Amino acid sequence: MLVKQRISSVGIHAVLIAYSVLALFPLALIVLNSFKTRKAIFRDPTGLPLGESFSAKGYDSVLSNSDFPLYFGNSLTVTVVSLVLILLLGAMASHALSEYRFPGDTFLGLYLVLGIMVPIRLGTVALLELIVSMGLANTLTALILVYTAQGLPIAIFIFTEFLRSVSKEIKDSARIDGLSEYRIFFEVVIPLVRPVIATVAVFSMIPIWNDLWFPLILSPGEESRTVTLGVQQFIGQYTVNWGAVLASLSVAILPVLVMYVIFSKQLIRGITAGAVKG
Amino acid sequence: MATLELKGIKKSFGSTDVIHDMNLDVNDGELIVFVGPSGCGKSTMLRMIAGLETLSAGQISIGGKRVDHLPPTDRGIAMVFQSYALYPHKDVRGNLGFALKHAKVPQKEIDERVNKASEILGLSDLMKRKPRELSGGQRQRVAIGRAIVREPDVFLFDEPLSNLDAALRVHMRVELLKLHQRLRNTMVYVTHDQVEAMTLADRIVVFREGRVEQVGTPLELYRQPMNTFVAGFIGSPAMNFLMARVEDGTVKLADTPVCKTSANNGSVKLGIRPEHLALSDDGPFDGKVSVFEHLGGESFLHLTLNDNQTMVAKLDGERSFAPGDQCRLGVRQEYCHVFDESENRVVE
Repeated sequence: MLVKQRISSVGIHAVLIAYSVLALFPLALIVLNSFKTRKAIFRDPTGLPLGESFSAKGYDSVLSNSDFPLYFGNSLTVTVVSLVLILLLGAMASHALSEYRFPGDTFLGLYLVLGIMVPIRLGTVALLELIVSMGLANTLTALILVYTAQGLPIAIFIFTEFLRSVSKEIKDSARIDGLSEYRIFFEVVIPLVRPVIATVAVFSMIPIWNDLWFPLILSPGEESRTVTLGVQQFIGQYTVNWGAVLASLSVAILPVLVMYVIFSKQLIRGITAGAVKG
Repeated sequence: MATLELKGIKKSFGSTDVIHDMNLDVNDGELIVFVGPSGCGKSTMLRMIAGLETLSAGQISIGGKRVDHLPPTDRGIAMVFQSYALYPHKDVRGNLGFALKHAKVPQKEIDERVNKASEILGLSDLMKRKPRELSGGQRQRVAIGRAIVREPDVFLFDEPLSNLDAALRVHMRVELLKLHQRLRNTMVYVTHDQVEAMTLADRIVVFREGRVEQVGTPLELYRQPMNTFVAGFIGSPAMNFLMARVEDGTVKLADTPVCKTSANNGSVKLGIRPEHLALSDDGPFDGKVSVFEHLGGESFLHLTLNDNQTMVAKLDGERSFAPGDQCRLGVRQEYCHVFDESENRVVE
C-alpha cells in the first residue's frame, strides 16, 4: 500500500515537473540569451552565458539608450489603472446583480457578460474611430478605457457567481447594524470574496500587460508607448538587436511576476469559514 | 423596554399573498414565539418587523412609535440569525462592537457594553478568536451578544437554535430563558420547533399559510386548541384524531360512547393527546397493538382500533406489550377535544 502510494506520488511529480520544464523553457531561453552576445545567441541558443559568450550589452542598451523606463511606466500605469477599474466596477456591478431584484435585472446581467463571446478586437476599427473622435488617440486613457471594457464581462461573470454565495444573513445583519449599502459592499462583502478578487486580478492583468494590438493601433505615439510596443524599436527592417529585445522582455516579465506573487497570497481559501454554519 | 404592535399587516410577493391581515399586540417584556411549519410566513413577518422586507399594507409600532417607514437600524431592534451571520474577518470583540463603532459610540462606552455582554454570555476568554475558531454554541452566543450590546427595545430571533445539535439546543434554550429573565426585554422568537415554542414562550402565535391560527399562552394552546391544526402542531407525540359521530350529546366511536359534547348530531373529529390515554378494562378504545416502543421511563403504544383507525398512547414504562396483543384504552371526559367538520373546536 505504502509502496503503491509512493509510486503514484513519484508519477504525479514526474508529470508536474515535466510540465513545469515545458512551460518554463521559453522563459528560461529568453532570460539566458539576454545575457549573451549576438554571436553566442545564434551559435548555441541553449548554452549558458559563461566566459566569452557573456554580455550585458542588451541590458545596457535597454536601460540607458532608449525611453524604456517611460514605456515601462506607461505599461504599469495602464495595467494598474485598468485592473483597479475592472475589479471595482466588476465587483460593484456583480454585487448589484446578485443582491437586488429590479426590473430587467436578468437582461442586464446577460448584457454585461455578453462581451465574453464577442472578441473586442473585432471592433477595432470602430474603437479607433471612437477614440480619435474623442480626441484620445495616443493617450494612455484610450488604452485604459478599452482594457476596462475588455476585462469587465468575464470579471462580472465570475464575481456574480461568487457574490451570490455570500450569505444573505450577513448582509441583513450589517443592515441592522446600520451600514449603508456601499459600506456593506466594501466592509462586509469585499473581505469575504478576497480570494475571488485575486483570481480575477491575476487573469485580467496578464492579457493587458502583454497586449501589443491596442497600443500599436490606439497609442503608437512616442510618449504613450507601452513595453510591448517599445520592444519593437529594437526590431529593425534589416537588423534585429536580439540582445536588447531579449533583455527588455526579461525586464518586462518582472512586474507581472511581482503582481502575481502579491495576488497569489490572497488566494487563500476558507476565509469565509466560521461566518455561517459550515 | 417597549411594546410591539402589528396592525393589519399584509405582504404579497407578486400575486402570492404570504401574510394575510396580521394583528398582534406584544406587551412590554414579553417573549412571544412565532411557530408554524416552514413556508408559513413567520420568518417573513419577523423580517418585516426588522425592516428587511417592506410591508404591502399595515403598520408596525414599537414603543408606541410607528416604525414601518424607518430603516432597520433606527427601529430599536436587534436580530439574531439562524446562520449566526458573524463577520468572519473580525474577531469576537470586533463582531460585538461593530454596530456601536459604526454608530460612532465613544470607544470607552463600546468597551463597557462589549465587556458586559461578554460577561453575561461567558465569552470573556474568547474575545480574540475569529468566528471560524469557535464552536457552534459559541458562535451562537456571539451572535446573541452582538444583539445585546446594541441595547435594543425588541430582540428578534430567527430560528437561532436550529443549526445546533440536539444536546446543545436544549442547553442554549435554557440559556435564552435565563437571558430573558435577566434582561426582561421584549423578544420575538421564530421557530418551527413546537418544543422550543412551548418552553420559551410567554405567548405563542401559531402561523399557517400566512394566517394566524391562534394566539395564546403555551398552556392555553395545549389545553384549548382552537382547531385541528393547532391541536396537531402543539404537543409531542402529536394528538390522535379519530373520526366519530355525535348522537344526542354523546360522541360515539362505532357504537361505543366516549364522552359528552355540546356538538350537534353528525360526524366530528375527536382529538385525544397520547399522554391522556390510559389502560382501562372498560375503556372505549379497543384494538390490537401494532407497534410497541419502549423508551425506559415511558413507552409508546401504537394501537389499531377495531374500525381500523389508529392511535398512539403514551404510557408509563411499567407494562410491556407485543405486537398483536389485544388492548383497551380509556380517556377522561376533560381530555376529549371535539372538532366540527370545518376542523374548529366545539366549545363546551
